[in-house]
Amino acid sequence: MSAPFLVARNLNVTLAHRQVLKDVSFALEKQRLVALVGPNGAGKTTLLRALAGLLPATGAVEVGGEALASLSLRARARRFGYLPQGHMVHWPLPAWDVVALGRYPHGASDPDRLSAQDAAAVMRAMQATGVLEFSGRAATELSGGERSRVALARVLAVEAPVILADEPTAALDPGYQIEVMRNLRTAADSGVLVVVVTHDLGLAARFADSVLVMQEGRLAAHGHPAEALSERVLAEVFRINAFRAGHQHQMIIVPWETVPRETVPRE
Amino acid sequence: MVTAAVAAGRRRGVIVALVLLVALLALVSLGVGPVRMSPLAVLDALVGGGGEVPRVIVQEIRLPRAILGLAIGAILGLSGAALQGLLRNPLASPSLFGAPQAAAFGAVLVIALGVADVRSYALPVAAIVMAFLSVFVLLAVAGRNAGLLILILAGLAISSLAGSATALAMNLSRNPFVALEIAFWLLGSLEDRSFRHVMLALPFIAAGAVILLSQRGALRALSLGEESAQSLGVDVAALRLIVITGVALGVGGAVAVTGTIGFIGLIAPHLMRPLVGYDPARLLVPSALSGAALLLMADIAVRLIPSTSDIKVGVLTSLIGVPFFLYLIMRERRRLGGGVA
Repeated sequence: MSAPFLVARNLNVTLAHRQVLKDVSFALEKQRLVALVGPNGAGKTTLLRALAGLLPATGAVEVGGEALASLSLRARARRFGYLPQGHMVHWPLPAWDVVALGRYPHGASDPDRLSAQDAAAVMRAMQATGVLEFSGRAATELSGGERSRVALARVLAVEAPVILADEPTAALDPGYQIEVMRNLRTAADSGVLVVVVTHDLGLAARFADSVLVMQEGRLAAHGHPAEALSERVLAEVFRINAFRAGHQHQMIIVPWETVPRETVPRE
Repeated sequence: MVTAAVAAGRRRGVIVALVLLVALLALVSLGVGPVRMSPLAVLDALVGGGGEVPRVIVQEIRLPRAILGLAIGAILGLSGAALQGLLRNPLASPSLFGAPQAAAFGAVLVIALGVADVRSYALPVAAIVMAFLSVFVLLAVAGRNAGLLILILAGLAISSLAGSATALAMNLSRNPFVALEIAFWLLGSLEDRSFRHVMLALPFIAAGAVILLSQRGALRALSLGEESAQSLGVDVAALRLIVITGVALGVGGAVAVTGTIGFIGLIAPHLMRPLVGYDPARLLVPSALSGAALLLMADIAVRLIPSTSDIKVGVLTSLIGVPFFLYLIMRERRRLGGGVA
């Protein structure tokens, strides 16, 4: 067991008078791919933003032994590669320029004048996701799958110890979904802590080392996919049962049927 | 990257060509008027050659006008490009935040109250104060973490309020000559401006330009959206405040000495995008140069178009600008239908 790299202690977030995160605590190690799952509105995106310091939260986040609150915006940006949901580019910038923005936290703001070190990081990131060939093409003109690879390359180019990705597989065809997860898996294997929000329990079970399950702002389960996505958790949190199997030493979960709720229905 | 090198070379070429164009237009502007002079005669008069009369015409009558046309066109183009980058919306322009309208109201109030005439120092000061005030009210109404749609709506409300207040000031003015003076001043003109006007406007315009240009990198990062930009270390709330302050300074200073000259800020960035690309950072300097060229051209045109009375340059820019704005809305409506933010 190595020391935990990213620690959350009693994180609470209140947005518009509603408590969105309630006392969330956990500790995650480097070199892991962690899936963050939960029903709609469970607080997954809020947790990701709170970890990156993008919204005000009470409680504490520590990254690499340092308190998040003590770090400047730039210093935070060097520690977290953050891929937001939808990840759009508003102007038709060349893919190279988009990926080069990953070096912004390191002080490189002009994609034409990157230092050798910054340019090498951009090249590595674009090679890793296979987008070097689109360097000169406008990011807005790429296909959905290509664009998501460019967005991922932008996050990889930060070369941060932690990557936080919010539903990077949403709206992608199955081939691209697997590709994105493989890329994140490769990043994790190279030493990065990757936290990825997903609604796809199958991808979570297959690719993640551990799973965080959120329910109504609380952490409902945390552990190895087999435990965190147990029958009991799926029934209580997602109100589903699932087909389970194994294939090539990996776990398969296919959501199968909704189950009735015994408790008082909310809302 | 070969393509990147080619693109960079082209951007440099565009900037050099624009600098030459602006210089040429400035020379033409100095030669146009009741006494026509060739660019060579103008150059001669500028360096002190030629006779006493051409020297006075060029150096004291026309030079302030050309300098103001250049500087104000530039700051309007720069402000438009910066706001379009900030809002990630090609339909943004300084008037979107109501700053020029508020500045105009400040100046009109001074005239209507009879505190001072149109050549007084009180005018620009009032305009700049009101431009600032409108921005602060805008931020107070919209809130610190306001979305862009809220900012646009609040800006619209403020510009309407400033317009109504201006109308009220004209309505209540004691004699018809004052109302007429206000009406003409509101049309926007570079006529009869002296070096005192230049000295009043230029420091604010320069300060605004420096502030806007300093935010280049952050504006580029904002292309990825506010959340991504924030995650890259851009303080988006501060950026918004800084850009709006830069715009208020530049536009407030400009409006104070010329009245409202619209649509340069909207058009200039659009003319540059096909030439230098969409990167909001790389668009700033070319937009400033093309803004300067546009206003100089318009100001030359109003002196060449034969008419019984003077055509105000603000009228001409609006006549050209509004149809252009409508064309842009038509072009962008599919994209904008999905939401402004």
